[in-house]
Amino acid sequence: MIELRNITKRFGAVLANDRVSIKVEPGTIHAIVGENGAGKSTAMRIAYGFYTADSGEILINGQVREIRTPHDAIAFGIGMVHQHFMLVEPMTVAENIVLGAEPGSAASLDLRKAAEEIRKLSDEFKLSVNPKATIETLSVGQQQRVELLKALYRRAQLLILDEPTAVLTPQEVEEFFAILRGMREQGKTIVIITHKLSEVLAISDNVTVMRDGKVVGDLKTSETNAADLARLMVGREVLLRVEKPAAKPGDAVLALRDLSILGRDGSKRVDSISFEVRAGEIVGIAGVEGNGQTELIETLAGLIPGSYVTGSISFEGCDITQLDARKRKELGIAHVPEDRHRRGLLLDFSLAENTILGVHYRKPAVSADGILLDQKGIQRRTEQVIRDFDVRPPNAALPARALSGGNQQKLIIGREFELPPKLLLVSQPTRGVDIGAIEFIHRKIVALRDEGCAVLLVSAELEEVTALSDRLLVIHNGRVVGEVDPTVASNEEIGLMMTGGSA
Amino acid sequence: MKLFKEILFPLIAVVAAFIVGGIVILIIGDSPIQTYKLLLGSAFSWPDGIGYTLFNATPLIFTGLAVAVAFRCGLLNIGAEGQLYVAAFAAAWVGMKFGAPDPGNTFVSQIVHLPGIVLVPLCCIAAIVAGAIWGGIPGLLKAKFGSHEVINTIMLNFIAVALLSYFTQYHYKVPGDPIMQTAPTSPSSNLAHLGKFIPGLPARIPLNLAFILAIVACILVYIFLWKTKWGYEMRATGANPSAAEYGGISIRKQIILAMAISGGLAGMVGINEVLGYRHRYYDGFSANYGFVGIAVALLGRNHPVGVFLAAILFAILLRGGIFVDAFTMHVSKDIVDMLQGIVIVFVAAEAIFRGPLKQFGLLKKAKV
Repeated sequence: MIELRNITKRFGAVLANDRVSIKVEPGTIHAIVGENGAGKSTAMRIAYGFYTADSGEILINGQVREIRTPHDAIAFGIGMVHQHFMLVEPMTVAENIVLGAEPGSAASLDLRKAAEEIRKLSDEFKLSVNPKATIETLSVGQQQRVELLKALYRRAQLLILDEPTAVLTPQEVEEFFAILRGMREQGKTIVIITHKLSEVLAISDNVTVMRDGKVVGDLKTSETNAADLARLMVGREVLLRVEKPAAKPGDAVLALRDLSILGRDGSKRVDSISFEVRAGEIVGIAGVEGNGQTELIETLAGLIPGSYVTGSISFEGCDITQLDARKRKELGIAHVPEDRHRRGLLLDFSLAENTILGVHYRKPAVSADGILLDQKGIQRRTEQVIRDFDVRPPNAALPARALSGGNQQKLIIGREFELPPKLLLVSQPTRGVDIGAIEFIHRKIVALRDEGCAVLLVSAELEEVTALSDRLLVIHNGRVVGEVDPTVASNEEIGLMMTGGSA
Repeated sequence: MKLFKEILFPLIAVVAAFIVGGIVILIIGDSPIQTYKLLLGSAFSWPDGIGYTLFNATPLIFTGLAVAVAFRCGLLNIGAEGQLYVAAFAAAWVGMKFGAPDPGNTFVSQIVHLPGIVLVPLCCIAAIVAGAIWGGIPGLLKAKFGSHEVINTIMLNFIAVALLSYFTQYHYKVPGDPIMQTAPTSPSSNLAHLGKFIPGLPARIPLNLAFILAIVACILVYIFLWKTKWGYEMRATGANPSAAEYGGISIRKQIILAMAISGGLAGMVGINEVLGYRHRYYDGFSANYGFVGIAVALLGRNHPVGVFLAAILFAILLRGGIFVDAFTMHVSKDIVDMLQGIVIVFVAAEAIFRGPLKQFGLLKKAKV
């Protein structure tokens, strides 16, 4: 269907694609895997006409073609769905889909005809999307299907999906994969860019592995496994399982009693939760996203106004319900937020300025007078975080924006570990982080536990919570519906509890 | 490299504005080169050109800083105009009431007769505090009720202007004076003209100590924003309020503080105007300083050094406009407003230049 031959692309001094050749067979699902910055997105953006290659050629159905703009790509039957959706929220599905390819004459927009066609496409590919719904009323998973419809509406034969599962819950991923399989049966060709190996193995027919801008492996999925792919991606052996000794829990550090949290709309997000986290143990919270985890962690970190919260939170025996975020941090409560761009980082600030966020008003960030920032102290702390957490590139003056997701996350975790914490609240520690860094972050969290820190972990990745946690609480609709032993319970069992069924 | 990039866009915007302006001048029927010679050249003569340019730049430095500080906290202060009026009036009021009266003041009575060494700082503080309050009100409203600062600062501009006209007309004007101005302030409240200290600069040029104060303000704002924990908190709030909140920073406090500081800086225009120049409150004295301050901050990239340079540029244009008016056939001094407008359009539309600059390798291309 499409073939890239010896594509080379340079951005300044960076060689993003170095003689990349990828051949995608028609009617297959082809995965392209690699760590962040390996060049997989660049290659696909070249195929879609976002960038033009410095050298090399693109063949479509065996013929050399020029693709200079996305318009050309669409004309050749190539569609692309980006990681971040490009939808107009207050408009309807149909309006969004026809945007840029409006049916009817210049003066009259024939939306009815379009809606008809969209409904037909939706049925054909089992997308169950209502063309008349407005985007803002749809779930993230449904919005993604609208993006798919957008490409299908433009008669795409080849769909390029950039990290399509990053925003989906485990259930949605399953549904989504079923849709992709259905599309393959209807003769569509799909290229899926990802760094999640389990997904590669679950969905793809062929897989191309990229590292440092080069293709380092071209395999049939049926003839490979996760360990091999990981080794190809990272260039060394990778531990996919977390190795940890048994926990030696001490006294309770955090204790919640009948904690309830209201949302801004007045609905109950967390409903009388009570549990404890002891020193030296990792307590995991498993649950489908949006079941109160976000509110729970934010409340514990002191980021939700007291008027929304009832019940009590005690830390080392003292009631901290009334304390603000700064006081809690001073007590030793560290927080790795779920959304690092929104909460965790000042993207345009330097790494140095980011490593003092939260401790910027006290030593070592300020000098003896308590007002002026102590540039030397800040530099020392930053260098330490960069060294201990292997943040790359190791340049304290760079803006946080310039770092890859994995390195941004390492920076945040490093900052919080420097506190030093007695309690770590950590949410989605490895979301959008590449394999090498995942392994690193997991080891750091376990090491922190072994030093006697209490850890409360929330993750949408079931594998992650079961692998890391010493005890696992399952949350559904704002209630803890059960506690399981993660070494014993099966994923099916936990999955059932997560969706409200009983184990 | 970073500095180069910071300067590059404003510079291109200015050059581009002059090119577009040149075309317009050509169409009107004058020589662009001749016009620009008048416009820019007249600012550099000694002592009048430089003296008046720096005098004109003084209020723009203050208002530019005011807008920049608010902007660093993520706020748009459109109310510098109202703040500087209130501040100027406060300075004049203290100057009238707390010092030995000017012979021309036969109307406003005094509370005490303070010597200049006390009265001048007192007037300055009055201006800063009044500006800070007038700026702090929309800050407070935003922090408490979430009402938007743009709306509230604009509304407070109208209130300030109307209120001060009323006070001037009915309470502080010398009866019979046909001009809308208060009685003169005490001579002890006068700020020395720089001519006193600089040989060759005649005392008639109103460039005064407020200009030195403006430079000090630039330095202090720089230290505050980038070298203190308070500035860090303010910039963090502006850069990402959610992350600032996560870092234990009270966003509400920062909003109130930023607006108050912004208002205080705008208020310092009153020092230049009342203590350094007119020695009374003159109704409607501001040549849109508060609004031009937005342009100054924008062109100066919200950095004190940039604000200083941008204020000088706008002051040059302001002065040059008078000569353009007088010595060209067709072009009027409105050309200055037009150039300012085009500069702002180009600064705001930075993206226009990004593409071509990348082509020429002047800017790094997008990351992978």
